Amino acid sequence: MKLKFEHYGKGLAKGLGVTFQHLLRHRITTQYPEQRLSVSKRFRGYELVWDKERCTGCATCAKSCLQGNIEIVTSRGEDENKYVVEKFEVDTGRCIFCGLCVESCPYDALFLSREYECSTYRRGELVLSRDQMERTEEKQVSGYFRPEVETGLPEQTLLLDKAGRKTQQLWQ
Amino acid sequence: MTQLYPFDNYWAHFGVFTVVVLVFALAGVMAFIYVERRGFGPFQLRMGPNRAGPFGLLQPVADAIKVLLKEDIVPTVADKVVHFLAPVVGFLPVLLIFAVVPFHEGHGLLPDLNVGILYVVAISSLGVVGVFMAGWASNNKYSLIGAVRVIAAMVSYEMPLVLSIIGVVLISGSLSMNAIVNGHDIPFFLLTPLGFLIFLVSAMAEINRGPFDMLEADSEIVAGFHIEYSGMKFAMFYLAEYGHALAMSAIAATLFFRGWVGPGAEYIGVLWFMVKTLIIFVLMIWLRVTFPRLRIDQLMGFAWKFLFPLALINLLIIGGEVVGFDGDIPWWMLFVNFAVAGVLVLVGSKSYRLGGGRVEVKV
Repeated sequence: MKLKFEHYGKGLAKGLGVTFQHLLRHRITTQYPEQRLSVSKRFRGYELVWDKERCTGCATCAKSCLQGNIEIVTSRGEDENKYVVEKFEVDTGRCIFCGLCVESCPYDALFLSREYECSTYRRGELVLSRDQMERTEEKQVSGYFRPEVETGLPEQTLLLDKAGRKTQQLWQ
Repeated sequence: MTQLYPFDNYWAHFGVFTVVVLVFALAGVMAFIYVERRGFGPFQLRMGPNRAGPFGLLQPVADAIKVLLKEDIVPTVADKVVHFLAPVVGFLPVLLIFAVVPFHEGHGLLPDLNVGILYVVAISSLGVVGVFMAGWASNNKYSLIGAVRVIAAMVSYEMPLVLSIIGVVLISGSLSMNAIVNGHDIPFFLLTPLGFLIFLVSAMAEINRGPFDMLEADSEIVAGFHIEYSGMKFAMFYLAEYGHALAMSAIAATLFFRGWVGPGAEYIGVLWFMVKTLIIFVLMIWLRVTFPRLRIDQLMGFAWKFLFPLALINLLIIGGEVVGFDGDIPWWMLFVNFAVAGVLVLVGSKSYRLGGGRVEVKV
């Protein structure tokens, strides 16, 4: 009979080696408030962004909304060709962020944003008014269903790289 | 030798050094909690606590405040008196161990016991009484299972632990901790590698850490014996666990790493002692973070089929060496001992099966 030694602890040594190697690798934790990963280009984030100039007040978005969430009131303005949007309200507390309003908009006037910190202290604060949604320079617009926006957005990151980690303050 | 004993009065000496030992134990435990939680981070590719204070140094303080402010809940059907006493009984023996640990040349802080290590062995096993009281008094099946497991593990691992200590005692020829530190020029972890291995494994089992944390196996019995404890009482168990780890590291440093001996030991002997204790503790963290928990039958099998025979053989070999060299073992024997340890571990590994009787599937 041939003697075979299998359980003398080489597995233990191997395991210890693996955890020791972990000491030399950089840590995968993203320290969230200080460090942020960049989200997907087509991220369907909180809040809608509304382009006032392009919107004709056709209310297709309101019709397409599964939740019946979008309230739009228009009036006939001085310009014969265009309605004036008087009220445009979305309750994001009820929104499921399906993006159908964005997809249905015939004039590409509605966008989803890349914002993801959406907690508020009051439910009422979740209701976005016309002025809050209006597209401005600082608003981050998502590339969802808007390929022309998508091309200009940064690549999504899943982990912080070693270099990026070194340049940032990790703790205070 | 007398400079650390400034008091002629017995009560003054007792009072002052009791406070010193208490402060050392509590501060050491808090430091160890921080070191372990922080040390787990890099091993698991994460950060560890780093929010409270610089480098998360205040995390144990935050934990302590949180746990002190928590409501103390006692189950209606619990044995109230035993439930109350259990944390005290569990924590007190841990504190008592530090009385004889030699921090510096010459003596332990409180007494200079000539049977120091015997005292340590006797006292350190008392903590399990508190654990069993907690398990019984909580009137909860999980806590009772956890407590019963602790008794089983304690009885099994006490023997290899003591046998490995006896090897060291044989060479140095004394039970006094201080005499053991001065027992041989070579640290005992080199001179008796097998003894150190057995001591480390048994000590980790004894303090219920790492792969041997059967008493609170989260995935099986939720939190084991302290499942019904909260607030201050839970904190006592938590302190006892880490205090025991601190005590065992300190004893390992004393027995096998020559305690306070090092360059400049007359002045910074305490520092050497603490550094060695910390090294042992980091080794324990490394083992804990690497290995998965043993099943209860594997735990028993490991103690009785592997550690116990090996400890006996180790004792026999050391005894033979002590007699053969007339008490003065030459330095080159450590190579022989390393070779013998390797062979014994290899042979000993054949003595027990993995899987505990389950059929192994051949792929």
